[in-house]
Amino acid sequence: MVKTDEKLIVDGKRVDGRALNELRKIEMTVDIVDRADGSAQVSFGNTIAVVAAYGPRELYPRFLQEVDTGILRCRYNMAPFAVDERKHPGPSRRSTELSKVIRLSLEPAIFLEDFPKATIDVFIEIVQADGSTRVTGINGASLALALAGVPMRDLVTACSVGKVDGELVIDLNGIEDNNSDADVAFAMLPNKEKITLLQMDGLLTKEELMKLLNMAKETCKEIYKLQTKVLRQKYEVV
Amino acid sequence: MKEQKKSGSDTNRNVGKVRDIVLPGEFIDEKKGRRVGKGAYFEGDKVFAKVLGIPIVRENQISVIPLSGAYIPSINDTIIGIISQVEISGWLVDINSPYIAFLPIADAVDEFVDVARTDISRFYDVGDVIFCKVSKVTKDKTVRVSMRGHGTRKLYGGIIIKITPSKIPRIIGKGGSMINMIKRKTKCVIYTGQNGVIWIRGVDKAKAIKAILTIEKESHTVGLTEKIEKMLSEGD
Repeated sequence: MVKTDEKLIVDGKRVDGRALNELRKIEMTVDIVDRADGSAQVSFGNTIAVVAAYGPRELYPRFLQEVDTGILRCRYNMAPFAVDERKHPGPSRRSTELSKVIRLSLEPAIFLEDFPKATIDVFIEIVQADGSTRVTGINGASLALALAGVPMRDLVTACSVGKVDGELVIDLNGIEDNNSDADVAFAMLPNKEKITLLQMDGLLTKEELMKLLNMAKETCKEIYKLQTKVLRQKYEVV
Repeated sequence: MKEQKKSGSDTNRNVGKVRDIVLPGEFIDEKKGRRVGKGAYFEGDKVFAKVLGIPIVRENQISVIPLSGAYIPSINDTIIGIISQVEISGWLVDINSPYIAFLPIADAVDEFVDVARTDISRFYDVGDVIFCKVSKVTKDKTVRVSMRGHGTRKLYGGIIIKITPSKIPRIIGKGGSMINMIKRKTKCVIYTGQNGVIWIRGVDKAKAIKAILTIEKESHTVGLTEKIEKMLSEGD
């Protein structure tokens, strides 16, 4: 983790030269995992997530089956080489928590009751981390699920917002994340305007939080446009 | 299946043109008392897409044909299954779905069978391919298939390919035009199951498979029959 005492915002410009309400460069590619039912690679600046979705498919062990609904299983995993200092491979407290919050943020969007006794599996691999990895994963997961043909109420769009050097900013990168006064992970159903994930770390006043939520909503709508564009593009070229 | 046929008959055929698609959560149309079919859901008086697919808006129904997704069995579907296990009084059948189907002996064999004395694998054994019909699906998706009904049979030899189940109507074409053309041009016997499993036996299997996979890949475009006809005629 890189801690710095330097100012991260100078003359309204952030460390990577962005304005306060400017997103990093976002790239989305679909169908990159051949054997998956749906897959996507999403990058927000230097953060890259590879996501694969499978299902609905048979669920074993059988005691996990629910007779009236299907279940969603999510796995968030960070590659050892994704960060500056080698991350110990395998699950950790952090990845277990993130797997859970990602599952909770996707669940409201999926018609799980259409698949009793079955499961939908989502695997999120962070191959390069530079802040906001969970929201990058959620954006990719929603693309992968849509491509897998899973019935959904809406796509799920996520972004991070926060407070850096006393200023409210969107889409925090790694160094901002580590030195922020507060950061908020946010996911929503853009067409329904419903929030499915809201996590906060740090200190914010109520007014600041409300302001950040509005900024996050606007940002999500921008990201949603990119998501719809990439999904449509797949069926444009023959 | 009918919906697909209807939309396949666009009058101003523009070969290679892509049909409009909707994404999950996108608004399709006002409900106006119409029925909301598969692939769509409604909130209040608005109908939204549930899956990524082609919207079908008609006088009495709004639905979406998905472009991908697993097969969810429904009653009276004709499907191709593979026997995966032999039980005491029936068989478990893999139907290319999240759910396994059961074929009871009463729905499979005409003669009287004393299950206590007979090893029923002499009728159907593991790995056998059957063309059968879904006879019952319960709310929690317990599936039963039957060998009674028109056209059901055991399929010998041949090879199996799997495609996206929602694209089967496109493979069959309007009134069977597409599949009949493939059968004629490749001299193959082809069975299509609504679960996305296709069984092929015949002379030019490779060509038939190539045609089917092309249809699957380009099912959302207009004027596909002409393209496939041209493709199959090459090298004649």
